[in-house]
Amino acid sequence: MPSTAGRFARRYSDPVNSALANAVIIGALVLAAAGGLSTLLDRPAGRVLQLGAVIVQALVLALTVTTIAAVIGGDRPEEAATFAGYGLTAFALMPTAVVLARMEPTRWGSAIIGGAALILPVLVLRLQQVHG
Amino acid sequence: MAEPGHEPEPGGASGPAAAAAGPGRTGAGPGRALVYVYGVFAVAAGARAGVQIATKFGAAPLAYSLSALAAAIYLVAAVGLARGGPGGRRLALVCCTVELVGVLAVGTASLLWRHAFPDATVWSAFGQGYGYVPLVLPVLGLWWLRRAR
Repeated sequence: MPSTAGRFARRYSDPVNSALANAVIIGALVLAAAGGLSTLLDRPAGRVLQLGAVIVQALVLALTVTTIAAVIGGDRPEEAATFAGYGLTAFALMPTAVVLARMEPTRWGSAIIGGAALILPVLVLRLQQVHG
Repeated sequence: MAEPGHEPEPGGASGPAAAAAGPGRTGAGPGRALVYVYGVFAVAAGARAGVQIATKFGAAPLAYSLSALAAAIYLVAAVGLARGGPGGRRLALVCCTVELVGVLAVGTASLLWRHAFPDATVWSAFGQGYGYVPLVLPVLGLWWLRRAR
């Protein structure tokens, strides 16, 4: 059972293991389900799906900013280079998917956003593993 | 030429209607989703292999070299699919075939001779570490190359 102080320190020094990271994972999974449904219904990535992608990306942005702040504040991930690589990939994943989905106004545009939203939780889990 | 009479028009300014499964358009429709996944895998595998080769190449030279090779093949496959046309199609066909052979061969080898792979590659245990996507991806790629002509 960690102490209150320990929990407090952990909460503010380790964003990749925070509630925010969980919010990214849950938001991405909801978006993945929506993308899959939209693909099955043969619909292009409409406003709802794109708005969902923007919301998820806002969560990713918040996670990125707090993680960078933690690293500046002295948090050192175990495998720093790999950690940075996964972080960059996670950050660029959704914007790239939205750009491609807008180029593809068919069901496959929805599939791209759904696929990206499926990859994102994996990247967050890998960030947690690599962080140590 | 392998496919006379199937010259895709260059440029690729496709309208929404043409996107579904137009002749030779390997970069549209499901192909665009494939290009995206291939791109993500090229970045993910490439970055990981790059870090491993730069920091601890001696620990598992074969595994890290194979991962780097896999990343390069993913990248070339993505480019081939995105560009389309006879050249891009041939490029993608070669890459998808090499990938399929690679994931089957390395997958089997990694299970039979574990000591040769002290660290995992993208293709170890048939891509288990990557949710078996490395095994599914070349099959999807080959299927799409057959369909989109």
